[in-house]
Amino acid sequence: MTDTTTSAAITEPIVPKPVSGTVDYLDQRVGAASMIKGLSRKLFPDHWSFLLGEIALYSFIVLLLSGFFLTMFFVPSMTEVHYPEDALPVTMQGVEMSEAFASTLNMSFHVRGGLLMRQIHHWAALMFVGSMVVHMLRIFFTGAFRKPRELNYLVGFSMLILSLLAGLTGYSLPDDVLSGNGLRITDGVVKSLPIIGSYMSYMVFGGEFPGTDVIPRMFTLHILLIPALILGLVALHLFLVFWQKHTQYPGPGRTDKNVVGYPLFPVYMAKAGGFFFIVFGVLALMGAFMSINSVWNYGPFDPALVSAGAQPDWYMLFLEGSLRLMPGQPEFVILGWTLSLNVLIPAVVIPGLLFTFLGAYPFIEAAVTKDTGEHHVLDRPRNAATRTSLGAAFLSVFIVLLVAGANDLVATHFGLSLNAITWVLRVLFFVLPVVVFVITKRICLALQRKDREVVLHGHETGTVRRTADGRFYEVHQPLDEFERWVRVGHHVYRPLQLAPAEDANGVRRPGGRLDGIRTTLSRFFYEDRVEPVTPAELATAHSHGEHDQLPAGESSRVGELTSTSGTSH
Amino acid sequence: MSSHEQQPSTEVARSGTDGRLPERFENPGLAPHRHRLADSDPKVSKRSERQVVVIFLISVLASIAGVVGYFVIPLDEPSILDVRLSTLVIGAGLGLGMLGIGVAAVQWARALMDDAEKVEDRHPMSAGPSVQQQAFEMLRDGGSEANIARRPVLKGAVGGALALAPLAFLVPLIGNLGADWDISKFARTAWRPVRGGDPERYYQGQYRYLAVDPQDRRIKASEITNNNIVHVIPHGLPEEEHYLEEKAKAVVLLVRVDPGLLKESAERADWSYEGIVAYSKICTHVGCPVALYEQQTHHLLCPCHQSTFDITDAAKVVFGPAKRALPQLPIAVDEEGYLYAKADFDEPVGPSYWQRER
Repeated sequence: MTDTTTSAAITEPIVPKPVSGTVDYLDQRVGAASMIKGLSRKLFPDHWSFLLGEIALYSFIVLLLSGFFLTMFFVPSMTEVHYPEDALPVTMQGVEMSEAFASTLNMSFHVRGGLLMRQIHHWAALMFVGSMVVHMLRIFFTGAFRKPRELNYLVGFSMLILSLLAGLTGYSLPDDVLSGNGLRITDGVVKSLPIIGSYMSYMVFGGEFPGTDVIPRMFTLHILLIPALILGLVALHLFLVFWQKHTQYPGPGRTDKNVVGYPLFPVYMAKAGGFFFIVFGVLALMGAFMSINSVWNYGPFDPALVSAGAQPDWYMLFLEGSLRLMPGQPEFVILGWTLSLNVLIPAVVIPGLLFTFLGAYPFIEAAVTKDTGEHHVLDRPRNAATRTSLGAAFLSVFIVLLVAGANDLVATHFGLSLNAITWVLRVLFFVLPVVVFVITKRICLALQRKDREVVLHGHETGTVRRTADGRFYEVHQPLDEFERWVRVGHHVYRPLQLAPAEDANGVRRPGGRLDGIRTTLSRFFYEDRVEPVTPAELATAHSHGEHDQLPAGESSRVGELTSTSGTSH
Repeated sequence: MSSHEQQPSTEVARSGTDGRLPERFENPGLAPHRHRLADSDPKVSKRSERQVVVIFLISVLASIAGVVGYFVIPLDEPSILDVRLSTLVIGAGLGLGMLGIGVAAVQWARALMDDAEKVEDRHPMSAGPSVQQQAFEMLRDGGSEANIARRPVLKGAVGGALALAPLAFLVPLIGNLGADWDISKFARTAWRPVRGGDPERYYQGQYRYLAVDPQDRRIKASEITNNNIVHVIPHGLPEEEHYLEEKAKAVVLLVRVDPGLLKESAERADWSYEGIVAYSKICTHVGCPVALYEQQTHHLLCPCHQSTFDITDAAKVVFGPAKRALPQLPIAVDEEGYLYAKADFDEPVGPSYWQRER
């Protein structure tokens, strides 16, 4: 034994020599041992819904790989060329088109695997945005955005916006009729911006639409700037997940002060690493078997052409729907300046409001609860009834806009009047969120009461007993303490009781007005609530036998809000 | 703590007898771990191992098949079938190759790796008031060493320099992006009468002939049959500079309707010719081509957002998100019966913009 190294690997052969050697080498240079110590056995909680963010991450990696392949063959130029007479597809031979379109055709028909990579790239893009949205819904509905994760929520929110931009710029690159009209709509929207709109249009297109600059510019944005920003945010996002440790679903033994799960090495490396290959595999199979964006069917861009029944990629559909729903009247000329509210409202104001709600929600809820504690145990959506209902109402607006974006297809497929559909959707845009809010809230509260019911009286077994004196009753199976904990462990917020804005002498106190808003909001959020069963309630329920009612007046608040509990048999 | 087989309710009831129940239930701690069959039965775990190996093998075979597919299906002189086959084989090879690795790894983790959940403590994000205090002190010390306090001019100078320096980068960038920034081009199209124009393209060297898109063939009024739509560009435009930009503004739809149906205002009475009217094809909403014509109703429909325009009534909006009517192109015929434009549109075509009425 030499004294030049003090590595533990020499004294005790815990790991094979190549491993200890590598770790020793890296440790002496970059301190690898403490990194391994800190990270390798770090615990991650397990739940299927935690895979949603992983799908987004892996789709993004697939996007980078397939995108790199495509850049090797794509020519981002709007120079007009004639497609060769001997090249596929036959319908495009000799047609005048931009180099961008020609190189897209060439890579689809004459580069082996090129069409595959184009289709993988497109499917991966749809999957990327889709999984981000669903991941965000999971975060929203389980309250994972609460302190200390508000900032990471904003990082994710920024990535969503950037991914929409990535989609828009990438979709435009092949320079086909569909994407060209997409750009044209973008131009129309940009022009509607007050004062600067016309100049912004010039800025995007390097002059008048379509010009010859927009595709090279979008190419650079699409392959360099936007992915670099997303990559940076991905790194920050993941770092914060590590640093703050992952949230966990409520369950026995799980608290805000611990993490219950499996270690990174080996379980998560195998599961998460394996999941990358699953996502890649599925996307590759989609690219192999499911045709997407066959641009040769649309032809090269021509400002006079458009195809009916065309929809943008799904993540842009809500904007399209918003534009379609808006009536045309609110365009005004004020002192000679044109204000196009019929474009501004659907394309800027409504998406702005929707995204502001999403981005601001964690801060609104924090203000309403005045809760300054750290939350690492997730909410079951039913236990945050108002949040869940707001989320559902938000989704209903989004879905109305999606349907509106496809109103022509709805009309042709179901043989309905396009104008009637549009009018129905215009009404639903305002009415549906309210209805969905109320219904969702009732469902959440009902589910909470059901939880109380099950905790107090156990599961129905379907076994009916007859007692010696002739009474019938159903045997209920009581919950064990682990099963029960999920239903009774959550915290219930109550409306804030803040001091009034004015004291008895009518003197305003500082911050009084803000507190007023806070109180009102807090009442909106937490006035309707169902308290979880307390040990006392459970004891009372049991002392009366499994099939007895909860006596009235046990707890006045609980009594009035849970009038259904205990009366169902 | 009671064992988990016991009915927990008895415990609550018991503690209830001395009248001191806790306000809330207490977290019972982790439920006891239930072992898998494979943990005790070596046969089961051996079978799981075989499954994992087989799935890895499928992956290996698929990857090989994908590479072989690359070589055996060349696309030098391809047919559509070759393209399709190549895509399928390479894609299936890549897909199954990847999927196999993923499924095998996950199955390995699920069936063979230790599945007992472990517990680790969390620590609050904040290191606490004493560390915060140290941080504040460091900031204070650093600040006082920088000697910035009570030097407002220095602060202002730093701020000013930092605010201005990026401008030398941003102004050239943004300044160049918009080329000549001449947004008055929005209001002019290739239909504008010229002086001394090519008589092939311009009637009397002044007024642009109408031509069929995309053949660029001049149109006689007599060719236009009743209630049919013709897509029109300025004659000779495809050979000119900025063809696409000009076309994006100048495309026109020509329709002949029964002159009795046309509701024409007095000042536009001579803009049509024997029931033939010409309207801009660019939607006044956000600029899509208004390409669909309903012969029964004489309505033009934009397929993008369904703005609907009535051809018989000055192309006014009857439904949808557009506000303004489609601009009308005044037309006439020359001695041989060819259609030409008497003037440019009297307003900018396409989507609205702030300076539109200026």
